[in-house]
Amino acid sequence: MTTNTQTLGPPRTHVGVLGWLRKNLFSTWYNTLLTLVSMWVVYTAGSRFLVWALTTARWGVITTNLRLFMVGPFPPEQVWRVWLCLVIASLLFGLSAGIWKGTVRTLGAGLAATYVVLVILPFGINTRIWHVANLGALIVGFLLGYAASRLPDNKRSIAQRGLLVAWLVTIVLVLFLLQGWKGNTWLPEIGSNLWGGLLLTFMLALISIIASFPIGVLLALGRRSRLPAVSIFSTLYIELVRGVPLVTILYMAQIMVPLFLPGQMRIANVVRVIVGMTLFTAAYLAENVRGGLQAIPSGQVEAAQALGLNNALVTLFIVLPQALRLVIPANVGLFISLFKDTTLAVIVGLLEVLSIGRSVLAQAEWLGRQTEVYLFIAAIFFVFSYVMSYASYQLEAALGVGKR
Amino acid sequence: MTSDTKDIIICQDVHKWFDRLHVLKGINLTVRAGEVVVIFGPSGSGKSTFIRTINRLEEHQRGTIIVDGIELTHDIRNIATVRSEIGMVSQQFNLFPHLTVLQNITLAPLWVRRWPKDKAEQIAMDLLKRVGIPEQAYKFPAQLSGGQQQRVAIARALAMQPKIMLFDEPTSALDPEMIKEVLDVMTELAKSGMTMICVTHEMGFARSVAHRMVFIDDGQIVEQGTPSEIFTQPRHDRTKLFLSQILR
Repeated sequence: MTTNTQTLGPPRTHVGVLGWLRKNLFSTWYNTLLTLVSMWVVYTAGSRFLVWALTTARWGVITTNLRLFMVGPFPPEQVWRVWLCLVIASLLFGLSAGIWKGTVRTLGAGLAATYVVLVILPFGINTRIWHVANLGALIVGFLLGYAASRLPDNKRSIAQRGLLVAWLVTIVLVLFLLQGWKGNTWLPEIGSNLWGGLLLTFMLALISIIASFPIGVLLALGRRSRLPAVSIFSTLYIELVRGVPLVTILYMAQIMVPLFLPGQMRIANVVRVIVGMTLFTAAYLAENVRGGLQAIPSGQVEAAQALGLNNALVTLFIVLPQALRLVIPANVGLFISLFKDTTLAVIVGLLEVLSIGRSVLAQAEWLGRQTEVYLFIAAIFFVFSYVMSYASYQLEAALGVGKR
Repeated sequence: MTSDTKDIIICQDVHKWFDRLHVLKGINLTVRAGEVVVIFGPSGSGKSTFIRTINRLEEHQRGTIIVDGIELTHDIRNIATVRSEIGMVSQQFNLFPHLTVLQNITLAPLWVRRWPKDKAEQIAMDLLKRVGIPEQAYKFPAQLSGGQQQRVAIARALAMQPKIMLFDEPTSALDPEMIKEVLDVMTELAKSGMTMICVTHEMGFARSVAHRMVFIDDGQIVEQGTPSEIFTQPRHDRTKLFLSQILR
């Protein structure tokens, strides 16, 4: 060994931007060729798209019909109810972002940035007031939540649990607020057949996701049950539903359910679609969860049993928490595909965002504007799907603390 | 106390089959309260299976097992009672990876014993001090070394204040430098008067701590005696052969 050891830096061609380019894009002659060809393709397509988007495209089809895209045929003079729901949700989101750290806070910051952009954009005065209200609710919620996060441990966990309950209560509250009551002057009834656009898409997805989760978990546990009746029922249900396309289930909910119901009883179309989607998603979710249950080593169960825990406690505290963590990616994937599958409600006549798009295109004024409309709808779906995906990655990372 | 005369575990003619495979062929063993019994024998001889029948992780198919006056039958309540009186530590630690060390230890006291939270946590912290790692209470198992994890597993079993502790090769999965820290905890536990059955090949531990050594081969007890009897004058050829192989 030499007494005078110098730290030798890596060669200049291996570090920094130049090193990165060299290593990843120009390492061999054929990689160089591929890089150049790809750059040409990206440039040509990108520049043509930009030229089209900035000159030829008539985005008026979106801006003029924005209310339709958002709420469909919801009576315009009652749209304040939807805004109010959004403000309540903003407040809760702000509270959540304040009281929890990490992902929720990042998403909250993203939401705040979105609201700021919306406030700046040249909307009508009424719309702008609601945007400001949303931003305000988010900020107030955040400050309150942040204050609560400084509370001592036991009080904070009470606040967190309270907030979770508040979210669930709010979902029910929102449903009543939107629906209203027959004969009420302030909140006249607005039947769910008048709900539409993104509002309806969200309702379909959100309620189906929330309702399918517990059903799916129970089915997964049921399929592994030692009681033959329970396990046979669960298996039959899962295999039957998975063997049928969602479209078929939606048609059945549409056409067959009324046949079996007693004469006067009628169930709203929206509800039937939600039930169909929930039952469909639950079957797939059950199989995801079952995969997670099987991945838990038997030693975990034995260790818990040896401590004297009974089967219910072992499932509740040891098996399920670990299994559900393992299947977060699979379940979020399922929820994303459910979110996109809400567009299938078009075939049973619901006015969700895609079918609003079709009716907009049917207006004489906007004939032939398919590209703009479908791009806009695709962008909406992409943004929300990506947020879900991002949240799931963050959740995985956050829950991975105790990973083996 | 009359505990040194009381038989706390009584196994009579215990048989066990895995499908057609006869793994326990009539085991008779009685353990007195406060006694430390080391079970050893070749791999596949049924020693792990045997101690797992004592807290019914394995079901025996013939014979009787009586633990602290309760016979192990199909009665679920009996099994639950017996399991809460027996602590078990296994080769693979089997800590719950999604819970902190403290939560691992307090889970059963909170939900099986129904102790209030502060009492359970107080006992857990005392046990962590006893096994020498109180500073790890709020970490997750994956952040601990193997030796520390096994000591947490011992603390977790002790938190239920069991009358009997079963150890199923507790040091076999550990790196050599961590074996001692676990054996020290076990030695201290034995000296405190705990009834212990240990399946282990740590012969130094057996020699200094065990009251009795039991050699199991092919599903049967071949020979048993005090450590000095087993080490200096084993009576059976199989015992001699096995000891010569592991002592080298």
